[in-house]
Amino acid sequence: MRNALIAGVLASVACGVVGALVVVKRMVSISGGISHAAFGGIGLGYLLKFDPIFGALIFTIASVLSMGILRERTRLSEDSAIGILWVTGMSLGVIFIGLSPGYAPDLFGYLFGSILTVPISDLMVIMALDAVILLVVFVLYEEFLAISFDEEFAMAAGMAVGRIYLILLSLVALTVVVLIRIVGVILVIAMLTIPATIAWQFSHKLKQIMIISFLISVLFTTEGLWLSYVLNLASGATIVLVSVATFLLSSILKKLYA
Amino acid sequence: MSEVIRLDDVWVKYGDLTVLEEINLSVENLDFLGIIGPNGGGKTTLLKVILGLIKPSQGKVTVLGDSPEKSRKFIGYVPQISQFDREFPVTVLDVVLMGRLGRKGLLRKYGEEDRRIAYEALESVEMLELKDKQIGKLSGGQLQRVLLARALVADPKILLLDEPTASIDEPTKTELYELLKNLNQKITIVLVSHDIGVISSYVDKIACLNRRLFYHGSKEIEEETIEKVYQCPIDLIAHGVPHRVLRKHEKK
Repeated sequence: MRNALIAGVLASVACGVVGALVVVKRMVSISGGISHAAFGGIGLGYLLKFDPIFGALIFTIASVLSMGILRERTRLSEDSAIGILWVTGMSLGVIFIGLSPGYAPDLFGYLFGSILTVPISDLMVIMALDAVILLVVFVLYEEFLAISFDEEFAMAAGMAVGRIYLILLSLVALTVVVLIRIVGVILVIAMLTIPATIAWQFSHKLKQIMIISFLISVLFTTEGLWLSYVLNLASGATIVLVSVATFLLSSILKKLYA
Repeated sequence: MSEVIRLDDVWVKYGDLTVLEEINLSVENLDFLGIIGPNGGGKTTLLKVILGLIKPSQGKVTVLGDSPEKSRKFIGYVPQISQFDREFPVTVLDVVLMGRLGRKGLLRKYGEEDRRIAYEALESVEMLELKDKQIGKLSGGQLQRVLLARALVADPKILLLDEPTASIDEPTKTELYELLKNLNQKITIVLVSHDIGVISSYVDKIACLNRRLFYHGSKEIEEETIEKVYQCPIDLIAHGVPHRVLRKHEKK
């Protein structure tokens, strides 16, 4: 349980910072694509008997790079590319798991989260990924803000917009890997979207939105964990539903008082 | 060098759709060129071709004697304000500083000099007091000034403005044109608009664009010239806007 709480806080760092960028740059669907593509890597991990979380890391990064290539080399719309990526990852995952001999342990955990059984080694991985994410966002904060606000101007001003966007997507990929532990492939998008969306209702500064969504996300994971423990429910889904309920409440309050 | 922008036989096509056709244009140093034409006539596309954001299907574009990609850091671009998400979490100062990004280098943070230049630019467009406002709180005219300041902080040689007077009221329009006229002492300006109400008294050259460009390079704008300018494209732009254009013109 203590590990679970620590995992929640650590994941909230990535979730708050990157979630804010995902929401303001309107990258929710591409993040969905990346997180589902991760399932292919999880399946590959089962098949070749290595830690599925590394498989997820390989697949999310590969999906980011292929998005970049599709974007620069073809006229395929990003929207369609996301759809293709999404189903390719999921299907590969299903096939790989089908090919693996015997029964796939923890599969449900990768799909819907298994924060209660997080080992110390995973906490270390999450902490390392947090550090990378924070460092990159600190260095490229202005650039991320500029390409999110006005990509065309950034390009006209001589910035390497394509490359900066790929770096940003790679951060999303890392965050997805972090969050798979907490809420699973299917529900990752909730943690990338809901805390930042709520934070945006109360602040008009990106840095503040990052901090507020980190705090909200800590609150959600803790609250969700506690509820799932008390009511004996699936932890990932409980965390997500707590988030959704809070989002509805905050939207109504905002409507009433703003 | 007196010629700063040159387009030779430029075509832009999206599949079967031709957006720009056989465009020849020459803009000289310190020109103030107004390009008028209906919505959908290719005005924004033309600006993006000059910036190198859109590659022509055919033809050659030269900016400051070089390719648009190489010269774009000398161009200040002021896009249409309608394309912005007003809820976006940035302040006026954040936006203006973005104009320095091309110069800053990826790994550096904004320095004192960047901030000083941004303040000066905000001062020159009379927006310094509002520097900490979120952009959603600004009026159309104010946002327009902020975007102009953002273009100015990069110390451009050429300024490209896309519909700078759309959705702002008449007095603000006049102020904006006065401001541009001042800037024109040092900067070449190309402005596109479907609104030719005020444009004619400030620009010193006018061209009409509706897929093809009708260029009327003339320093003195006389009644007669304007008439000529407006007349030629009328059969081309007679799908909406020009009726208003004509009436306004006759009133004068």
